[in-house]
Amino acid sequence: MQVVALPATGWREAWRDAARRLAAARVRPQDVTWQTGEGLFAPDPLPPAGPVTVPRAFVDLADAVLCHRDPERFALLYTALWRLSGERGLLANPADPLVARLEALAKSVRRDSHKMRAFVRFRELPGDGPRRRFAAWFEPDHLILARNAPFFARRFADMDWTILTPDERADFRDGVLTHGPGAPRPDLPPDASEALWATYFTNIFNPARIKLAAMRSEMPRKYWKNLPEAREIPAMLADAERRVAVMRSAQATAAPARAAAISERYRAAMPKAPDRIDSLDDACRAAAHCTRCDLYCHATQTVWGEGPADAALMIVGEQPGDHEDLAGRPFVGPAGGVLDEAMAAAGMARDRVWLTNAVKHFKFTPRGKRRLHQTPDRAETDACRWWLDLERRFIQPRLVMALGGTAAYALTGDKTGLGRRRGRVEETATGPVMLSWHPSYILRLPDKGAAAEARAQLTEDLAQAARLVA
Amino acid sequence: MREHYIAGMSQMTLSRKLAILSDAAKYDASCASSGTERRDARKGGLGSTEGAGICHAYTPDGRCVSLLKILMTNFCIFDCAYCVNRVSSNVERARFTVDEVVTLTLEFYRRNYIEGLFLSSGIIRSPDATMADMVRIARTLRVDHGFKGYIHLKTIPDASPELLDEAGLYADRLSINIELPQDTSIRELAPEKRPETIRQAMGRVHLTREASRDRSHTGKRPASFAPAGQSTQMIVGADRANDAAILSTASRLYTGYGLKRVYYSAFSPIPDASAALPLVKPPLMREHRLYQADWLMRFYGFSVDEIAGVTPGGDLDLAIDPKLAWALANRADFPLDVNRAPREALLRVPGFGTKTVARILSARRHGALRYDDLARMGASMKKARAFVRLPGWTPGALTDSADLRARFAPPPEQLQLI
Repeated sequence: MQVVALPATGWREAWRDAARRLAAARVRPQDVTWQTGEGLFAPDPLPPAGPVTVPRAFVDLADAVLCHRDPERFALLYTALWRLSGERGLLANPADPLVARLEALAKSVRRDSHKMRAFVRFRELPGDGPRRRFAAWFEPDHLILARNAPFFARRFADMDWTILTPDERADFRDGVLTHGPGAPRPDLPPDASEALWATYFTNIFNPARIKLAAMRSEMPRKYWKNLPEAREIPAMLADAERRVAVMRSAQATAAPARAAAISERYRAAMPKAPDRIDSLDDACRAAAHCTRCDLYCHATQTVWGEGPADAALMIVGEQPGDHEDLAGRPFVGPAGGVLDEAMAAAGMARDRVWLTNAVKHFKFTPRGKRRLHQTPDRAETDACRWWLDLERRFIQPRLVMALGGTAAYALTGDKTGLGRRRGRVEETATGPVMLSWHPSYILRLPDKGAAAEARAQLTEDLAQAARLVA
Repeated sequence: MREHYIAGMSQMTLSRKLAILSDAAKYDASCASSGTERRDARKGGLGSTEGAGICHAYTPDGRCVSLLKILMTNFCIFDCAYCVNRVSSNVERARFTVDEVVTLTLEFYRRNYIEGLFLSSGIIRSPDATMADMVRIARTLRVDHGFKGYIHLKTIPDASPELLDEAGLYADRLSINIELPQDTSIRELAPEKRPETIRQAMGRVHLTREASRDRSHTGKRPASFAPAGQSTQMIVGADRANDAAILSTASRLYTGYGLKRVYYSAFSPIPDASAALPLVKPPLMREHRLYQADWLMRFYGFSVDEIAGVTPGGDLDLAIDPKLAWALANRADFPLDVNRAPREALLRVPGFGTKTVARILSARRHGALRYDDLARMGASMKKARAFVRLPGWTPGALTDSADLRARFAPPPEQLQLI
């Protein structure tokens, strides 16, 4: 039988050292007795150190479990260490009773640590040094101060502070953290900020929605005695019903005299659709308020065309995509990138062309974490033709280019597929329309060869359009 | 008149202002302080953020207090019917100075009362003037005081994009409230708010965040913009939108703008309420079910239609949770063989959370799981037992029994006006 005595302070380091030596010497768990402080048996000398490797997960688990008050923790951890030499994957099996037990101990320590970081309350101490001084008294369930003091040091680095607990203390002076033995509860001087904090706590509370069980499960009563705000809780509860009753029974009051004038002034200055549309600018402002179909309810915004008002060429796509919808500009997403490349290859300057879409709102369906494009239907395209016609009326382009089937339908009224029509100019009642592929179609083509061909055709068509309007 | 207000205000104590301006802020549900970048004060300044948020206290309404959640002012020129601070309300008004907000934040922080500041505001003078003052507070905390704690700024609808861009440099999280699930309700109840500009602001924040994540061609990372992302809040029960409509809107917000959270806030009685809205008891259970449904959409692979489709009328079942309601309506998919089923199917078992499912997947590599193993690994077997099969356990006729729902649902209770 191997008896190991662990000191009252520094037992974490002592356990790690002893466990490492015992494991290296292949001492079986059932042959070890762990004791803290004054034990029944005289400790035996430890075997010499040897190499022992453990998974990283065990180091983290042991660090947490060692802070627990359960006297069995040392033996349980050593048993796990012993088994790990034969079962490297042991910790990945949550169904193993030993792993479940250790995880439960670690969970309890982690929760206690989290509550410590939450519920420590500092009071300021008098002083005239360059650094302000604070102190706190806290009573954790487990021996967790050493584990958590570095957190407070990282956070409250520009002040000196002390945290006292019944078992341990931590002091932070001029950036140096030291640890010492615990102490009985000290008398800390009152702190004026506590009254303001209580004011905040009582007023941020909504008396109309009492959920006591939720409060107690997250802030158990055992912590209340060291929380200044908890003193307010009984009075808050006692008054809650009355406050709700007052709200309920109060008659609606007359608005202050100035309210109507303020509302009227603000509403008068809000952007509105113009009464008449006499210019491209009017059309743009009116389109921002468009409700001609239901797409406006779900899209971010109307995406109006962009370019010079006297452009000789107008390029019409299908509808804004995800990126265009967010940015409020046409052809700025992936499809816009394809179009930009093709225009550059065709020697065409983007800023000489009016770029727009047949449908001005993004149509989509949410799927997973993304918005999936949906093709606008005929009714939506028909409703939006009103805006496309206004753009053509005010810009008077010499040629309009339709990219994709939706634009082709919107501009020619003909729903026939693009396969046979691409690259041609069709005469319509409102002027010539050239047809080509939509850049999104090119992006969706799975076959690389077909995509390259379509890309070349788009470039070719753009070059031809440039020649026609030159 | 105006001079009178200002003279009166200067005599108001800090404590009185804090009482008014925290009371006015309590209808915002969010108090999250998690999910931002890691920072601390070892190289100067004060404060830290280390991933997980910390709730420093809980009030008797069960809500966590993580941040100093206050309004800069509750003077407001807008007239939103559901809001206690609307221009037509007779509520007592107050306004903090920049220094007062900064000092309260730092002094509360030093005593470990809070993780940081959640600043919102009524709209004074104009949206831009208000937003500029809020940005000034955030800048003072970050630049003048080296504050490394958490800052959440509620952006003002219709404030200029440049102010939004600056806000994102100092704030961990930006939010803008969608307020109501349907555009028509917003226009009706909040006539000064414009749903399209609210969405535009969300779109801008989303794009700016995405851009700040990209590495530029020089290999340097640009400043991270609103590292904890953006969130929004919808009031539940102030208009007639059903749960399907609410969840559809939430789903569009998550997918369109990459929101971190949509908060649902049961409409609750406010002092000096508008005659336009009913003073009913806040629909807390409905709010709770919406949060559960929201979780199912984000972490369990459910779609809005699956969740809201199992009850007629498009409202969630208040008596049982939405996952159980879905499972009861889809009993043909059960019982599930826990030792063989894929992750997506396990996530749909009532009583199994994401952590339980992860443990099941990990543990079953070491051998077949039995009934008792599941209970030990955190599964709620009271719910799950009717829907799973394991060596030594089969629910038999239980899965299809007519009274299965009754075993879970509490006895019906008459809902009352208060």
